[in-house]
Amino acid sequence: MFPSASNVNMPHAQRRNQPSHFALLLVLLLIFVPFVHAQDWIRTGTGLGVEKIRLAVPDFKTGGTDAQSAVLVKVFNDTLWNDLNRAGIFDMDSKSFYPLGAVGTPADVNFSAWSSAPVNAALLAFGNMSVTGSNMTVQGWLYDVKNVTSPQVLGKQYQDAATEQESRITAHKFADEIIFRLGGGIPGIAESKIFFVHGGDGHKEIWGMDYDGANPHAITHLGTFSLSPRVSPDGSRVAFSSYTKTGWEILMYSLDLNRLVAFPKFGGTNLSPSWSPDGTKIAFSSSRSGDPEIYLADSSGANLKRLTNSKGPDVSPVWNRKTGSQIAWVSGRTGLPQIYTMESDGTNIQRITDQGYAVSPAWSPNGQFLVFAWTRRYGPGQPGGEDLYIMDIVSKQFVQLTHDAGRNDFPSWSPDGRHIVFQSTRSGSEQIWSMLADGTQQMQLTFSGSNTQPNWSWQ
Amino acid sequence: MKHERMKWITLVFALGAIMMLGACKKKVAPPPPPPPPPPAAPTASISANPTTIDKGSSTTLTWQTTNATDVSIDGIGAVQPSGSQSLNPTDSTTYTLTAKGPGGTQTATTRVTVNQPPPPPPPPAAGPSEEELFAQNVKDIYFDYDKYDVRADQQAALQADIAFLKQHPNVRFTIEGHCDERGSTEYNLALGQNRSDAVKNALVNGGISTANITSTSLGKEKPFCTESNEQCWQMNRVDHFVYQK
Repeated sequence: MFPSASNVNMPHAQRRNQPSHFALLLVLLLIFVPFVHAQDWIRTGTGLGVEKIRLAVPDFKTGGTDAQSAVLVKVFNDTLWNDLNRAGIFDMDSKSFYPLGAVGTPADVNFSAWSSAPVNAALLAFGNMSVTGSNMTVQGWLYDVKNVTSPQVLGKQYQDAATEQESRITAHKFADEIIFRLGGGIPGIAESKIFFVHGGDGHKEIWGMDYDGANPHAITHLGTFSLSPRVSPDGSRVAFSSYTKTGWEILMYSLDLNRLVAFPKFGGTNLSPSWSPDGTKIAFSSSRSGDPEIYLADSSGANLKRLTNSKGPDVSPVWNRKTGSQIAWVSGRTGLPQIYTMESDGTNIQRITDQGYAVSPAWSPNGQFLVFAWTRRYGPGQPGGEDLYIMDIVSKQFVQLTHDAGRNDFPSWSPDGRHIVFQSTRSGSEQIWSMLADGTQQMQLTFSGSNTQPNWSWQ
Repeated sequence: MKHERMKWITLVFALGAIMMLGACKKKVAPPPPPPPPPPAAPTASISANPTTIDKGSSTTLTWQTTNATDVSIDGIGAVQPSGSQSLNPTDSTTYTLTAKGPGGTQTATTRVTVNQPPPPPPPPAAGPSEEELFAQNVKDIYFDYDKYDVRADQQAALQADIAFLKQHPNVRFTIEGHCDERGSTEYNLALGQNRSDAVKNALVNGGISTANITSTSLGKEKPFCTESNEQCWQMNRVDHFVYQK
């Protein structure tokens, strides 16, 4: 009766309502399983389960009437709203339904007005900001408005320098506290970073930005092609591949020292570094033997070991982030590139994709899923790597996440496993987009130059 | 008898007169006046130090003359009878010192050789450089989509490359493997490396020294053509040869 979700374009909300599709259910489980645990964390029984939590977030109140206070509180309110809206676990109550009157402190909360129609909020996040000289104080609360006797889920106070940057960071922190408590104890991602490749001046450099696209900034200034940035699990280093005077080599950049640190040059073409989840090893592709193969080394570059031995391109290794014992990668050993997995010692090679052109695998933080770029019905003259698919690694059931929207490639998971960042040409140029892991809420994060190969930090 | 005596007297007289006439004639011619002592001939010498210079540097001419009233050096003009002068000629020059005086004229020469800097372009007679020959003769090798084996229609170009490189065994070069815009960045870089290594292996099998060959990949990072059609894609699916200076 229903066409397969993997090859049909229908509204996402409609797709989510097809309980019969097993693969779709897997994705739904990925997204919503945390809420089962969430009931242990807060005392309300309402608004949880498979349905998203209805959350109301009135603008934070500020006592100051000066221009600086107005700017800072607007940055805070916009950032907090976006963080909670993007989290994927809330049904954000439209502000137009909110009761009149600002809510700055617990005394301002009219419980029945928030919990009844038309708002019908389950949770209310509110607070205030005061600016004194160069300092800014933010008080924030999260209330269960249906629990009048003991409503407070969260109460936080932050003090920081009165700057737009700090205002944004404070909003990220408060958003992450709310998401942590309502999202099954999984830390929020509002303070996470995305590393990527920025091009447009004849060369490509490694850049970084906040998870929401704010604060894009250059990290390298090497004046050559630098590609495939991969941040270490502890967030201290970025490994990437750069076209040096001696060819493509893996370079290592310390985010603590703000400079390149030593990493051996292996010779040949060295591509696509990938960190093991414990941060002690790096897998990458090297042609040092005369054919691109997957190699393993310590994160210092020592103890180099070859894992694959098959003619043709072998590239783009990625570790199982949960177990650290498996590696997925791309191989052209049979012709068009396909996704394969193996144990991290090179044994037990399994082909994952059965057809088409499949590249750029990324393993979910819970180890259950691979997301990758796939052109399933590949034909002559067709571009490869067009759409993103998520696949359950055990059952090999898959769901298509992007549809008819440019070429989509290089997916990378958020630390909480609920989001995927990727590159897409749908806006007319290569830009970075993010979406929920079920394919909904696709939004553009970068806008100028060409921005590709996003890599989301591990925390 | 008296008559005989007269003859003798006449004869003697006549003889005496003849003799006296002769003697008188010598004594009458005046001795020529002594010529004035001839004036001393001039002398001249000239030298250059150093005699060989590089273009742009200078040399010092030093000259001496004697018995000269009019001293000049070609190209310089009148000069003091003795002296020295610093010069920086731009070309090799012969300097002639001329000393004229009442006693005559004397010349002396010295030659300053100017080393010209080597001309930047090789003399046209030398023919095209090795790099130019490389660019003219070594042909790029084209590939099919997602393939890195040298296809049949590229074998002639490959054999021509081997022939040229065998004749120029000291040429060092890089093989850059390129891919068209389709497909993914990382996979295309690996594929481009397979392409460059495929031709490198073919050259080595053909007798070219592996030490002269660097193989690398540019994937789809540096396309030769940026349109999205098969003609353009074919231009970008290529092993491009780059001469190493």
